[in-house]
This record gives sequence, C-alpha cells and structure tokens, in this order.
Amino acid sequence: MKLGLVIDLDTCVGCHACAVACKQWNASGTSGPLTDYDPYGAEPSGVWFNRVRHYEVDEYPKNKTVNTPMSCMHCEDAACVTVCPTGASYKREEDGIVLIDQDKCMGCNYCAWACPYGARELDRESGTMKKCTLCVDRIYDENLPEAERQPACVLTCPSHARFFGDFDDPNSTVSEMVRERGGYAMMPEAGYQPTNKYLPPRQNVKTQTHAKDPQAETSEKPLAQIQRWIAQQLARQE
Amino acid sequence: MTQLPQFEDHAAQSVKTTTCYMCACRCGIKVTLEGEQIRFIQGNPDHPINKGVLCAKGNAGIMKQISPAKLTQPLLRKAGSERGDGEFEPISWDDALDMLTERLQRIRETDPRKLAYFTGRDQMQALTGFWASQFGTINWAAHGGFCSVNMAAGGLYMIGQSFWEFGDPDWDHAKYFLMWGVAEDHASNPIKIGLEKLKRRGCKFVSVNPVRTGYQAIADEWIGIKPGTDGLLALAFVHVLLKNDLFDRDFITRYTNGAQLVIQNPGTGTDGLIARDASGEAQIWCLDQKALQPWSNIDATPALFGEYQTPDGVTVKTAMTLLAERYLDEKYSPAAVAAETGVDAETIERIALEMAHVAFRETITIDTPWTDWAGRKHDKFVGRPVAMHAMRGISAHSNGFQTCRAIHLVQVLLGAIDCPGGHLAKPPFPRHLPPPVKPARDTAPNTPLSGPPLGFPTAPEDLAIDDNGQPLRIDKAYSWHAPIANHGLMHMVIRNAVNEDPYPIDTLMLFMANMAWNSSMNTDETQKLLRAKGENGEYKIPFIVTSDAFHSEMVQFSDLVLPDTTYLERFDTISMLDRPISEPHMACDSIRQPVLEPKRDVKPWQEVMIEVGSRLGFPALVDEQGKRKFTGYNDFIVNWQKSPGVGFLAGWRGSDGNKHFVGEPNPSQWDAYIENDCFFEHHIPPDQRYYRFANREYLAWAKEVGFNAHDGPIVMELYSETLQKFRLAGQGLYDGPCPTEDQDKQRLVTYFDPMPDWYLPLEQQQTDSDEYPFFAVNQRPMFMYHSWDSQNAWLRQIMNQNYLYMNRVRGEQLGFTDLQWVWVESNSGKIKVQLKLMEGVNSDTVWTWNAIGKQRGAWGLSDQAPESNQGFLMNHLIAETLPAEPGLTNSDPVTGQAAWYDLRVKVTSAQTGDGKSLPQFESPGKAPGLEDSAKVLRYAVGKQVNVKRGLKDIIMRGWR
Repeated sequence: MKLGLVIDLDTCVGCHACAVACKQWNASGTSGPLTDYDPYGAEPSGVWFNRVRHYEVDEYPKNKTVNTPMSCMHCEDAACVTVCPTGASYKREEDGIVLIDQDKCMGCNYCAWACPYGARELDRESGTMKKCTLCVDRIYDENLPEAERQPACVLTCPSHARFFGDFDDPNSTVSEMVRERGGYAMMPEAGYQPTNKYLPPRQNVKTQTHAKDPQAETSEKPLAQIQRWIAQQLARQE
Repeated sequence: MTQLPQFEDHAAQSVKTTTCYMCACRCGIKVTLEGEQIRFIQGNPDHPINKGVLCAKGNAGIMKQISPAKLTQPLLRKAGSERGDGEFEPISWDDALDMLTERLQRIRETDPRKLAYFTGRDQMQALTGFWASQFGTINWAAHGGFCSVNMAAGGLYMIGQSFWEFGDPDWDHAKYFLMWGVAEDHASNPIKIGLEKLKRRGCKFVSVNPVRTGYQAIADEWIGIKPGTDGLLALAFVHVLLKNDLFDRDFITRYTNGAQLVIQNPGTGTDGLIARDASGEAQIWCLDQKALQPWSNIDATPALFGEYQTPDGVTVKTAMTLLAERYLDEKYSPAAVAAETGVDAETIERIALEMAHVAFRETITIDTPWTDWAGRKHDKFVGRPVAMHAMRGISAHSNGFQTCRAIHLVQVLLGAIDCPGGHLAKPPFPRHLPPPVKPARDTAPNTPLSGPPLGFPTAPEDLAIDDNGQPLRIDKAYSWHAPIANHGLMHMVIRNAVNEDPYPIDTLMLFMANMAWNSSMNTDETQKLLRAKGENGEYKIPFIVTSDAFHSEMVQFSDLVLPDTTYLERFDTISMLDRPISEPHMACDSIRQPVLEPKRDVKPWQEVMIEVGSRLGFPALVDEQGKRKFTGYNDFIVNWQKSPGVGFLAGWRGSDGNKHFVGEPNPSQWDAYIENDCFFEHHIPPDQRYYRFANREYLAWAKEVGFNAHDGPIVMELYSETLQKFRLAGQGLYDGPCPTEDQDKQRLVTYFDPMPDWYLPLEQQQTDSDEYPFFAVNQRPMFMYHSWDSQNAWLRQIMNQNYLYMNRVRGEQLGFTDLQWVWVESNSGKIKVQLKLMEGVNSDTVWTWNAIGKQRGAWGLSDQAPESNQGFLMNHLIAETLPAEPGLTNSDPVTGQAAWYDLRVKVTSAQTGDGKSLPQFESPGKAPGLEDSAKVLRYAVGKQVNVKRGLKDIIMRGWR
C-alpha cells in the first residue's frame, strides 16, 4: 500500500479547518501533546503537522489567490529518513507512512533541515521531532465507524478538498482523481518522490452568453421599447 | 502488517452530541470525552447543517473550553473604583440576583423603558425578546442592526425570504453562481460544502467583492468592485436583461406584483399606491375584458405593461412598466456605471447575458407534478439555474437595503426564486410580505408589551414614535430616522443613553455583546461615553449589567458581571420561533445539551432569564397567586406555549412525543432531542419543495404548523407600496403620521424609493473623496468568523496581528513599501497601523481583518500580545453619526443598519516609532477569579501511545 493524500486546490478555500482538526486530534494522538509556546503571549507558536499557506499568483487585476495546505508528503525516498542518525525516522513498509519513533528520536533537527516541505517540527518540551502520522491512530482503529477511519484533516474539510487513499491501487479515488485532474507532486525536482498529490485549480470555465435582442442594438428609446412590449402582449391576445 | 498498538482507550471514552456555538452556523457536533476532558470534537455526519464537516473554529473548541479568560464567579465593580478600571469584587449569585431583581423591580414599577436590554450574537432571540416583552420594555434588540438587517429586511419586504438563515442557493442544481460581498463568512460550513458541490458539477462561480481572499480564491471570475456600488452593478444587469427582452414574463405576472396597477396621481395622497377595489384587492388590467380586475382573478389576462385608466378616470401603470421606464434609461447602462463601480462595461454586459443564457437556454426541470395556490396543475417544476448569495459587503452600507432589493430584482427577472437551481427559501420562510408582526410601542408600569419589541412596519402609523413624532425607543428604531429598523440599532444605544436622547435610562443589560470594543463604531469614544458622568457625579448610564462567559473588554465597563457558561456546558434551543437551522427542503430545529460540568460558579444566561423573570412576576412565568410556574429553563422550554400546541421546540411534541410542530407539551421532549443527536428534521415532500410562495400544498402546511397566518399566495413585491407610503409621508401627502423636520422629510422622499435604486452611501455624500481617496472595509478571517468570545490559543497562532492591506500597484504609485507604518485618517479619527501590499484588492480600497485587535489586558492575553500592541480596530475611524448631520445615525436611512462599510480614508506615511499601533489602551488588570494564562500549553487527553520502530526493521532495512 502507498497511503497518502490528494488535495484539491480548486475547492480549497484556505479556511484552516484541516490544520486545526489535525492539531486537535493529534494533541492527544500517538505523538501528542503538540506543545504550544507562549499561547497567550507575545509570540504564540506551537507544533502543527499541517499548515495552510496563501499565495497570490500573477499581478493585479489578473491575480488569483491559491491556498495551499502542506503537511508531510510521505515521500517514497524521504530525505528526513535518510538523514536520521538514530533510526527514529522511518517509512513503514506496509503502507508507506513516514513516522518517528518518539522513544528513539533525540530532536536533533536534521530531518527538519532535510525536508523541503517544512513538514517536521521540533517539540522543545518533549525534545523530539513531530510530524503528520496520516492519523495512523485513526485509520486502522476498528473501534471507529468505518467512514471515520480517515485522517482528521480529511474528515473535517468543509469544502471536501482532501482525499485519503492508496496510490498503489489504480482504482482508488485518489489514483483516479490524480489521473483525471492532472494531479501533481509538489517540488518533484527535489527528487524525494512525494506521495501526496495536488489537483490544480480549474481554468477557463466558460459560459455562453445569451444572444442579444437585435432590436436592442438599435438605439430604441425606452418608451418605444415598452410600447413594443405592449403591442406584443395585445397581439398575443388576438 | 506490523501489529499496531491500541491507541485509544475506548472503554474510558464516551460520545455526546450537541450543537456548536463557535459561530452562528450552529453545526452538529460529536464530542468524544475521556473522563472529564474533551478528546475530540468533530462534525456530526447526520446533521443537516454541516453533514459531518467542521471548520477551524469548531475544531478549536477545546481551546475555548480551557481558556484562561473564563469568568469564574459573579463580579461587582469595587466600591469607589471607576467604571472601566476593571476593579471588581466577587459577589455571590444570591446577592447578585437580589441586587439585580431589586433594581429591575423598581424600573418595572415605574418606567420599564429605563431598562435597555441588548444582546449580541445570541441564538435565543426568541427567548430574550420574550423576556423583554414580558418585562415591558421596548428597548430590546440583538446585533442584527450592525450585522445584516439590510439583507433580512430587503428580502422579507420583497421576496418573503432572503439570504443566509432565510434562504440558500440551490447548491445541487445551480449552473451559475454569483456571490456578492461575502466576507469570508455568513455562512461558514454550509457555503464551503455548497461551493464544492457547485464546482464538482461544473457550475460557474463568479464573485463580486473588492477583496480576493477566502471564497473568492476559488471563484472562476473575480469582479473586484468598488465597495458600496453593488446596487448599481445589479441595476446595470437589470438594464441589460430588460434591453434584450430577457426576463421571465410568466413568472413575473403570476408570482409578483409586476402586473399590479400603480396610481399615477402626483401631488396627491394616492400617488404611487397600488390601485385597489373596495375590498382592498390589488388590481391588474385584463387584456381580454379591457378592464380592471383583481390580481387574484386567475381567469383574467393581466397586462404586464401599459398605462390604463380606472373607471374613475385615474391614470394607472403596471408596476413593471414603471420598472422598465426606470431601468431602460441609459444611466443604468453598463457604460454609464462602469466608472462608478470599477467594473468595465463589457464585463457587466457579458455577465448579464451569461446569466440569461443559463436561465433561459439551460433551463432544468424536475418532473414532479404540483398545484399552485389557485388550483392550477403543473406537471413539473421549471428551474432557472442561476443562484446567488449576498451578505455583509452588501448589508453594511447605508444603501444596503436598496442594494439587496436590486439583487433580488435580478433574481426575479430571471425567474430564479425558489425554483430548481435558483434561490431556495428555508422554512419557516417564505413568509408573507412582510411577516404580520408590528413593533410594540406602548409601555406601562408592571405591564408586558402587547407584542414583541421588534416587528415589521408597513406604514407610518406602525412607527414607535409619540404624538409629536419623537422616538419612543432609546435606539430610535422605528422613528423617522430609521423607520424599518427591524433589528433595532444597537450601535446607537450607548450614545443615545448618555445624551439622554430621547430620554435617560437606568440600566443597560448586555448579553454576548462586546460594546466596549469591536461591536461599537467609534470604540475609543464609546469607552469615554461608558465612563461619562453627569454634573451630579453619577454615571450617565447609572448601571451596566453584562453576562459573558469570558473576560471581554465589555466586562471591564460593567457594574455587575454575571458569568455565563460555555457552549459545551449548557442547554439551549435553536428555535423555530427564531431563525432555526432549516435547510431548503427540511424544516429543522435543534438544542444544545451540556457535555461538561462547569467547575466554576457560573450560570447559563437563559437560566438567569427565567429566574429573574419569575422573581419579577412576569405573567407568563407565574400564576395568579404569583407562584412560579416553571422550575427553570428546561421546564419552561418544554411547557410554555406561545399558542396552543406551539412552543420553542417543534419536534416530538404531544404527551407521547409523536406530534411535530403542533402538539401539547411533552415532558420527555429534551430526551427525545438528545436521543436524536440534538436536532429535529422534517423533510418537505417532493411536490412542496419549490415555488413555495405559490405552492398550494406547501402553503396549506405552512399555515397548519404556524409558519404563516394564512395560506394565500406570497406575492413578491418588485414595487413596494410600503416604501411609497413612507415617501408620501415625506412629501406630507400621507393620510397618517408625517414628519415635521425637513431632514426627515428629505430622507423619506429620497431613500424610500418603491423601486430599488442606488445612491452614494450617506457618509460618502458628506466626505470629500479627493481628501479621503480610499474606501475602507474590513472582514473577519474564516477561522474567526463570528466568534465573539475568547482569543483562542490555537486560532491566534494562525493570526494575532492585522495589517492594513492595499493594492500593490496603487501602493507603489504612492511610494509605500510593504510592512511600513502608516497613518489612516477618516473625517472622524486617526489610527497608526502597519501596511501590507497585495494584488487581490480593488485599487481604490484598503481593508483589514476585523476584531484581531484587542484591548490590553482582556481575554487572558498578556500585555505583550500583538493583538493589543500591533493589532488595531478600524472602528476608531467610523463615527456612529454622519459628518455633516451629527444628529443623524451613520446608518441605512431605511433600516438603521450600521453603515460601517461606508468609510473613506486617506493613508500617509508614519514613522515606525516604537512599532506599536495607535491608539493604545491601558490594561485594566485581571479580574478576580481568572486563572493564570499558561506560558506553555501541553493539552493532551489519555495516554499517548508511541508507535515503536522494531529492532528487526532497523536491522533489516538499515536506517531507512
């Protein structure tokens, strides 16, 4: 299996629901707590697995706004795993999820430097690195209703811009969407073969225009036009 | 597969459902608890509103629950301390309620109007309004006056429904969607769910908004309009549709007053009124009989256009003729409005023609037979699949009422109201125009009002004015200043009370309303007013009572603070008597149930309402011997009946719980709701789902369940006779109350146009646009939309400072650089803020995120928090009165909607200085009983189970 996410940039409104749902679930999840520093002070910050970035593309007035949620891409050739000096970081053989064994991690930050996607964050309180687990503590939990065995971000997304599935299965929803919508990996040039894919915003949705009334093209005065309509309604009666 | 550990201790967990209250959407939530802590809050997949999803706010509910700003006990302003200094002493609930009861008793026995009771974003206006009515004060309203009364009133006086809680786009069938002025909000999850549906089906999404953030990001086309000109754009669409003969004649003739005859008799009291027969029935011109006939005569053949004579020789024209004469004029042509709106003529014409194409060439049908009000059989529902949604950006202008009407006019011309693919009403809407409730006006000691404080005037005699034409309400709602102020003018209460204009009050009671901060215009001045004293040394507003769950800015300005519970600690009803959670094809209401015990000395406000009302002896709450009828809120909700069989909750009525909507009280009604995930839903049968304004079966049912007073058709009013009556009053021609002041006369004549029209917003009429070249608006970010309490520890990590955003091209032309400090000045104030340049904003507009700025010392934030040091409110720049007419509210002249989007500003460079925004506010210090704010937060519930990497895996696969 190759588990991962598809994120549809055509419907993502940038609302941060996925980021906060992730924070909420994982606070008490397998690698929780996700420490918050100075939560009521001058520089509030904390450990998050998923952050939404907002970009403007092109220049006014042709500009477009694109919202881009980013979390661990669960790369096939994950640099964070390669550089890990303790063996704490690993990619699961069964499903491709990249995890960190919290007992083995020493919080050296090498993985955060290696990851081009900013997916790994140091929890200064636990002294360990933390990252998206693809909600490994939800997706296999048979005590949860089947429909809820999904990552918290997918479950919560109000505009259904997030999909979870197996990219090894060509018939899975995620595989189909990537095929049909031209899904792409972020920064493939880095060479780490990200599993997660993004679907581009659609372009050039065209609607036809209704034909104009040829008589409207003439410089018919309003009153004449209303007179014409009155005559028409009388003609219909006769 | 490697065996994974058991992560969750399911045996220790339980799940309860309730209703979210992180904003106004009222989504269904499932709360997983472990012990007495929240493990997870998620959307309820079965809930009609959010269908399982949940926004950022809902997901941050835990941080609201554990906020250090939670009030823990009742507080009394310390004797000898000044209001606003935030010095309090704890007081017991017994003493607090005794003190409050005694004070209110005295007011009620003398002049009940001296209690002004205003509530903020509360979801129990049916209860608080009932309470005010029983108390006998007309001085009650909620926050609609600065939120969206224009949108509500515009729709309810024109199409019998509106946007937001009143109606929704048909997300499932629309093929073209136009979203006007939706500032990342209103609503949250329902719109996001809907937008996704639209886009998956290939529907085109056009957004009209000066700023391209939020929902506009995924629009297929962005119309970066100048603020406040949307009405003009809509009327240009109307021009193009009329000019090209692209309007639904049958729809207009059958379902609106477009064919009704309007009297043309200038200079008389009948001018502009609808021609009526002796029984009062509106008349049309029958083409067959060449004579007047009642509109309701379905055998007549109504003329939609033309000028005719009545038998008395009076000239009449059809309403549609008047509309065509108005909007075919070249002044509404795309070329004529392009400069004012900032939208080029080709785009305006193209969008109008695209909508027409979809409405008339891509018509859809649903093959369900239905019967209209007159008994005519239809074999299908015809759908004009053009949908719209409009909100704050339309509402918060002083021309917003007429702008809403202009947008509805476009919808009606397209035939796109309550049809498949169009704009669908949500029960109890549509209602007759307007709902038949008049605002109460007469008050007397120890006497309830004759009806609710708020209602829907249809003529000058419905105003709340005295015999001299002076306002009866403290906010001057329903006076000549704001005759159709259906939601009151909360933003005027403090100023009017301090000025004793029209009279002084004794007590101001606020619930969930942060009037000392972001819920007031002119915040700095408002704080001074709250502190203002008379010559006798007494406060001008002698006593201020606030109920709030959190240490808000308003708490600091209160004399008595009654701490409320959080949304997870209370029972609540979201009632059909109010604006319930219905969906277009489902009538729904819902409740909250406590999922946690408050471990503080707090009481839910609704419980306090019932307690104090019982102590005061409200007739609805005590029997003839003065003995209380209800043990508390829950008992009241189940057993109180508005009319026989009708109460706050519609579901599971009847003694055995098998009646809905109408039925005797069911003692187990709360349990029934809890068993059903805290909501009730009634599915509308397929033949009653569309054309409900004229759908016989639906109208009969709506009467039966009490939504409407009768089952006659709901006739949409393209031409408003109600507005014309007020206009006649302005002209001194009305047979009834007329204003005497010139400014009132002039406003009625100018703005009470029976046909939608556009005018420059009032403040802008009185402001030099060369001196103040920018429009200035604000919006809330989605992750804080409509969240009024707490500054959430997770959400503030996403944003804790706001900037002034300006178009980059324009900013560079003016020599500004990103992140520099600037002065922003309006004709009433000046602030210093930090600037950011961006692409996605109209080049004549600056904007900011609203309510990020906080007063130092509030909300449990440290004195160093960016919210109070760098953040800011634009409110300081917005006056609550007009620059050239200081006696008049800066509001829509029809509805009294606060016009806080009308602002014009100039922007100039400022020195960085200490890197703080101006003005800065002193910290009043911490209130007694508040816990310390954590320096480090490590929220977690249960035991966190690590997934260990086995030695074998390391050996076999190496480090990777």
